[in-house]
Amino acid sequence: MAVKETTASETAASETAASETAVLADALAAPASPTSRLAGARRRLGWIGMACVGVVAAVVLAAVVGQFLVPYDPTVGSVTQRHLGSSAEHLLGTDQAGRDIFSRLIAGARTSLLGPLIVVGATAVAGSALALTAVWFGGKVDAFLGRVLDVLFAFPSLLLAILGVAIFGPGLVTASIALAVAYIPYSARVIRSVALRERHLPYVKAAELQGINGFTITVRHILPNVWTQILTGSTINFGYAIVDLAALSFLGLGIQPPEADWGLMISNGQESLQQGFPEQSLYAGLCIVVTVAAMAYIGERLGGRAAAGRSKR
Amino acid sequence: MRFLIRRLLALGGVLIASSMIVFGALYLAPGSPEQFLVQGRTVSPEVLEAIRAQYSLDDPLPVRYWNWLSGLFTGDMGRSLLTQQDVGALLASRIPTTLSLAVYAAVLIIIGGIGLGILAGTRGGVAERIVIFASNLGIAVPTFFAALVLMSVFSVGLGWFPVFGAGEGAVDRVWHLTLPALALSLPSIAVIARITRTAIVEESESEHVLIAVARGLPKRIILWRHTVRNSLLPVTTAVGMHIAGLVAGAFVVEYAFTLDGIGALLVNSVQRKDFAVVQAIALIMVIAFGVVNLLVDLLYTVIDPRVRLKKGQ
Repeated sequence: MAVKETTASETAASETAASETAVLADALAAPASPTSRLAGARRRLGWIGMACVGVVAAVVLAAVVGQFLVPYDPTVGSVTQRHLGSSAEHLLGTDQAGRDIFSRLIAGARTSLLGPLIVVGATAVAGSALALTAVWFGGKVDAFLGRVLDVLFAFPSLLLAILGVAIFGPGLVTASIALAVAYIPYSARVIRSVALRERHLPYVKAAELQGINGFTITVRHILPNVWTQILTGSTINFGYAIVDLAALSFLGLGIQPPEADWGLMISNGQESLQQGFPEQSLYAGLCIVVTVAAMAYIGERLGGRAAAGRSKR
Repeated sequence: MRFLIRRLLALGGVLIASSMIVFGALYLAPGSPEQFLVQGRTVSPEVLEAIRAQYSLDDPLPVRYWNWLSGLFTGDMGRSLLTQQDVGALLASRIPTTLSLAVYAAVLIIIGGIGLGILAGTRGGVAERIVIFASNLGIAVPTFFAALVLMSVFSVGLGWFPVFGAGEGAVDRVWHLTLPALALSLPSIAVIARITRTAIVEESESEHVLIAVARGLPKRIILWRHTVRNSLLPVTTAVGMHIAGLVAGAFVVEYAFTLDGIGALLVNSVQRKDFAVVQAIALIMVIAFGVVNLLVDLLYTVIDPRVRLKKGQ
């Protein structure tokens, strides 16, 4: 398994590397002013991509300032106002506790983005650290770290996250960190294969001969050259993290009630759904689907699916 | 043959390491193991004594690990801390549900994913566009959301399928598991259809197909013998990965449909902090995941002799 997976990932990485070289060539050919780079990104995104950027921007805006804009307190309901349909007063109706669904969706954007942000940040930092260490020292260190990752690969990622929650208790932070541990092997593998190519380039040798220490060379010279890879990988991981964290919240292992969160709302709405009031679950699910689809589209246009190191999970 | 032995050894090593993680997880938890296992529940001294005996907490760590591992192999997985039931018996009654769900979903993935991919890759036109659009959408839809939407439409709305339960007898079981299997396989079908379509399009532009066309071979023979057969190689890997992922992905769907499989049991056990059950199920899932991955690798060598020759050297 190890043998095949490395080769598969390496071909995937070399494909992206090839497309990246093309991008680099583009960038070199054009005058490298920030505006032209922006225009290039816009051209690559197309109008659907720009619409996706708009969606993501709206969700981010809701996550940052939404709390102050919501018409109702998202955690306070009223028993007399249960399961109302949509009206001018309650734009998307109310849930089983009489809370305004629209307000909860807006407020839920925050936790729904904060968790993935932790996951992606922790994955990128730990994944790059592992990969760059393995690449710099090579040999036995590389082989050892490879074995460690192999063991992590043996766990389906959601299972690893659930184990983490079982030990450290449910919650946004524990669930996010547990999920990050599950994502690390995938991101480390991709970054490693890209960094490995850099490691053997003449400029690294030159820096070594000048007596610059390994840590400085890695951070100052190799890291900036694999940065694009880390960034595109993170974009794609973000989408997976939204879905996986929502799944954990859905299972009651992530964010805890009465907090507003999209995954939790889907789960909260399950009983109402069986009674014929699908609104809460439906709208929360649509929020996830639209956000994830928009991010996936942007990530794919800008970097290619292979950058995350996997086709799915 | 040597390839097989090497793969088996690698799998064995990885499984031993993962069993250590599952075992050691208990000691990562904050507080002493007994405290963690009891979780603040008031228990009699006899129960505490039973817990100490079950985990042989008075022995040194390696002995504990050995006792636990050999217990697993002899079918003694300890007792649930909550219900005092034998974990082995608890699992045995639930594994059939999970297994039938996974097999059902696997069949759907193979038939649906590859079928749609071939359709899109060979027909072109509207069919192709619909499949591409649907697969993009399918990737972004989380399984638990798909589960609830299917439930809302077909069970609650139309009343064609039962809302929960796994059913008795073969026909009834298929009827009960149709919606869960569909929800579980939908994202994978989307990915597989996309990969298959790309592979077919690439293959039908390859030289050997062009030559076959030039020689005037019947279209159907070119399609099935030359295009489809060759394009299935990359597809097999992807299908295998997704089927392996089903083992662990099933618990979200089981939980959504309240099926009595081991996945739902895992989630409930985590929620109720019944760690003996969590450990046993986690290990079973890791083993199943590893074995399916191994089988896929072996299947790969059967389909493509080049892999066997390369690895056998």
